[in-house]
Amino acid sequence: MEDHLPVLLVVVPLFSALIAPLVGRGDKPWYVAMAATWSVFLLSAVLCARIYGIIGASGDPSAFISYAMGNWALPWGIEYRVDAFNALLLLIIAAVSAVVTVYARLSIAHEIPADRVNFFYGLWLLFFAGLLGVTVSGDVFNVYVLLEVSSLAGYSLVAMGKYLDRRALWASINYLFLGSIGASFFLLGIGYLYSATGTLNMADLSERLRSLHDSRTVVTAFVFLLVGLGIKMALFPFHIWLPGAHGYAPPIVSALLSGVAIKVGAYVMVRLLFSVLGIEFGFETLPTRPILLAFSSLAILGGSYLAIRQSSLKRLLAYSSVAQIGYITLGFTLANEDGLTGSFIHIFNHALMKSGLFLIAGIVVYRLGTSELAALRGLGRRMPFTMAGFTAGGLGLIGTPLTAGFVSKWYLVAAAIERGQSFLAAVILLGSLLAVVYVWRVVELIYFEPRPESSTQVREGPWSLVVPAWVLIGASLYFGVDASLSSSMARQAARALLGPG
Amino acid sequence: MRVWELYNYWIFILLMMIGFYTIIAKPNLVKKVIGLSLFQTAIFMFFISLGKVEDGTVPVAVSFATAYSNPLPHALILTAIVVSVSTLAVALAIIVNIKDAYGTIEEEEIHKAQED
Amino acid sequence: MEDQVILRIVAKLMIPFILVFGFYVIAHGELGPGGGFQGGVVLASAFILYGIVFDAQRMRMILPRGVSDALASAGVILYALTGLYSLFAGYRYLDYSPLKPSDAAIAESWGMTLVEYGVGITVAAVMVTLFNELVEGTVKKG
Repeated sequence: MEDHLPVLLVVVPLFSALIAPLVGRGDKPWYVAMAATWSVFLLSAVLCARIYGIIGASGDPSAFISYAMGNWALPWGIEYRVDAFNALLLLIIAAVSAVVTVYARLSIAHEIPADRVNFFYGLWLLFFAGLLGVTVSGDVFNVYVLLEVSSLAGYSLVAMGKYLDRRALWASINYLFLGSIGASFFLLGIGYLYSATGTLNMADLSERLRSLHDSRTVVTAFVFLLVGLGIKMALFPFHIWLPGAHGYAPPIVSALLSGVAIKVGAYVMVRLLFSVLGIEFGFETLPTRPILLAFSSLAILGGSYLAIRQSSLKRLLAYSSVAQIGYITLGFTLANEDGLTGSFIHIFNHALMKSGLFLIAGIVVYRLGTSELAALRGLGRRMPFTMAGFTAGGLGLIGTPLTAGFVSKWYLVAAAIERGQSFLAAVILLGSLLAVVYVWRVVELIYFEPRPESSTQVREGPWSLVVPAWVLIGASLYFGVDASLSSSMARQAARALLGPG
Repeated sequence: MRVWELYNYWIFILLMMIGFYTIIAKPNLVKKVIGLSLFQTAIFMFFISLGKVEDGTVPVAVSFATAYSNPLPHALILTAIVVSVSTLAVALAIIVNIKDAYGTIEEEEIHKAQED
Repeated sequence: MEDQVILRIVAKLMIPFILVFGFYVIAHGELGPGGGFQGGVVLASAFILYGIVFDAQRMRMILPRGVSDALASAGVILYALTGLYSLFAGYRYLDYSPLKPSDAAIAESWGMTLVEYGVGITVAAVMVTLFNELVEGTVKKG
């Protein structure tokens, strides 16, 4: 059974997604979702352990586990391929989803009408399965199909926010149009690559592309792929759909979208740039680096600045995600070991922080019915645990020492200086300063303003909501104090991509 | 190859851009969805035209054939068509919900309703 | 549209043929143009034709909501079970050889047929569900 781990990671949630709508009302779909997400968490941990065992035994950092679907010979068949980078991301996706699913029971029972809850969990598990499949697949067309599975589930999940705020519908259709255009560009890029090389398997593509560096077809393919993925991961200037979609979706959907889904888009881009096209072609021959660095700098500064001007907590967090994707892109564009390590640590840390923060926003919505900042006045005294969680998460976004955000920013600044780009180091620090402004804005409102007499009476959030949020925020604090595990895993992942030597 | 021998690519790019323009420029949501469908269909036709082998017949095993066109793009596009149909279905479902919530499917009127 | 004699008669004549053609397209997917998705859509079009010409409520009575929901999941579960059967038999996922270990060609044929039928059933159920949901607001009551 152990050999089948790569495919079980996708099959288990897919199967559960089919069962969930059929089990009936009440809590039963939630039990199915819990079983699926937690078993995948376990499986991905076992997979991680196996990969690290193989790497340790063979001494080759880019060692991988390969699984041929249907026993068709590679490279003609579809391959599921796991190396240190994959394994880390799979673990992140599974862990965050598992914790958020615990939170989901009360949150969804409160927000969505009872006859739609089982369909919600079906969509939730499909979203989960699609993200896992994109991460584990080693065939570009399989990546496209699973990316679309997760995106379609995502559009529907965002639209489920309509029960709270009808603007979720407009955000969802916007997300759908932009996401479909991005996926179609990705498909077009795959078509060009296929016409130039005749294969769809990523490992085979990288070999055949080695001799095609001056082919105009390949350059066009590359451009289409990058633009398509840029839309999927909300890199500036393709981020327009993100504030609406993450701002108006149900809080647990925003948590997964911001924490995990856009990172999966970044994962595919990193795979393309490093494993398929190769650093030499991707960065030296083509002017990718200046363009991506410009986009990521604008994302960091623009996203943080726009976050300051938001009047709703969820939209503020959404714009902050735009900035964080900028940090991640900055890291891997620098293409040195520190840069990649910083980028992957930030994927890890931001997944924990942002999901935790969105869950906190969800507790506020659960009690107050809105996440408008004006309604949060003086909430610090009424909901101490929740607001303390927000403060801790906010400190992480800023990057104060003792939080996980500090570790990632440290690696990114070190990588920038190593490349001689002190301008980028300044951009990173400026982004942190802007984060101070938007986090302080909220902290001031919740702690230093008195609660207006006319506002609704609130108590602390229920335990089943506060505990998962604090698990995520607490993990981000833990990995800020003791970053040895996360940084060693990220470094393994970076080494796997940069290859031996 | 002369430019005019690549006429299939020109046609598909033209269709693709017409669809893309429709998504961006038309204010009615259903027209945008039609544009998206046109855009994706043009990409599919481009893909299939890649698979044509000269003097190749359809990729179904028959006795009189000497060469077959490449069947892989056909299989890929079948999958992509299913994805496109699903996207269309989700888009229409959301549009029905928008009509119920806002009373209109014109983009400008929705924006105006959101200003309030 | 039930008062239109021609529509009513032609629909009643055509629906059985459309259903048979749908199953034909699904079954011959491995040998010619066709396959699960196309066949499923043709199958659904028979039901949808009935729903358009006669009342959509009557189509609902023939294929109730619970049945179409269950069928939608059942088809993909059939597909997944074919793959899982190979997994439990010790082969790779979706490897068709354990279905008949002695003859690889027949095993693949069986495997593909099962899978195509699974897809066809799901697609037909989903298309009918889509039609029902989109028409729901416009169905004349009583």
